[in-house]
Amino acid sequence: MAKTATARKIDAVPQRLQIPDFDRTIHEKTRLAILSALAVNPSLTFNELKDILNTTDGNISVHARKLEEANFVSCKKGFEGRVPRTEYALTAAGRRAFEKYLNHMESLIKAARG
Amino acid sequence: MCFMPEPVRIGDHALDNLRYIRETMERAGSFTSIPGWGGFIIGNTAIVTAIFSQGLPPERWLRNWLIEAALAVVIGFTAMAIKGRRAGVDFTAAPSRRFFASYFAPLITAAILTFMLWRGGFYAAMPATWLLLYGTSFVSSGAFSIRVIPLMGILYMLLGAAAAVAPRAGNVLMGVGFGGLHLIFGLLIARRYGG
Repeated sequence: MAKTATARKIDAVPQRLQIPDFDRTIHEKTRLAILSALAVNPSLTFNELKDILNTTDGNISVHARKLEEANFVSCKKGFEGRVPRTEYALTAAGRRAFEKYLNHMESLIKAARG
Repeated sequence: MCFMPEPVRIGDHALDNLRYIRETMERAGSFTSIPGWGGFIIGNTAIVTAIFSQGLPPERWLRNWLIEAALAVVIGFTAMAIKGRRAGVDFTAAPSRRFFASYFAPLITAAILTFMLWRGGFYAAMPATWLLLYGTSFVSSGAFSIRVIPLMGILYMLLGAAAAVAPRAGNVLMGVGFGGLHLIFGLLIARRYGG
């Protein structure tokens, strides 16, 4: 059976460079961007995240919910006057997971450079 | 002939990911080294300047406020450097660069306009010009900084508008703005944003 492009890419990765406990929740691009933005801000509103990430409401909602379910971000809903306001912040678990992910990336680069 | 695509090297992929993270953090980062205590001190010196400049001839009035401006620059930058160093802020990083670019553009404009107004003898227009452009600098740079900064800018602009309507009250309005607003927001920033 012919291999898919993804399978061929995986074949190209030397065994010693594969990471067993790679966090797939963080690895998705939008979720990674949400965590990166929250890592340098105490909290961000939904609209602030939308501006920074330059993406759609639906995309942010879906990925922020996944991060919330993983307990990586906390979500506080309220009102500013009559306008609904959703505010996100990084949890301690989220910060740890994000730092772990960064360490993984750095170790991959080091290993690849030999 | 069939060409196989080059496999993506995992090291390159990780490097791209780190670059993406860094860029997002830079885009999301804000400049937080606004010196609260520095602003508080500037507020005090500005109130003293306003009191001593009230009713002075235009040339002496202008000299006093220029001295106050120079003093404020020294106090502001010293306090900012101390606060930034304590928090490990990189003043050459993207959030700082964006903040300073939008902060200084209106202030440079104010300096050039002051020279033009002085040459034309339009001293009465100076308070409105200074307050409006100082406010503008905070409104524009506030987009890259803590949330109270744009609000402070709007209040300066309102005082500037008042000075444009009532130029005779210019010195008092400058005392309220450069003195009072610096005192209030300086304390607020110092308490809420770490100094």
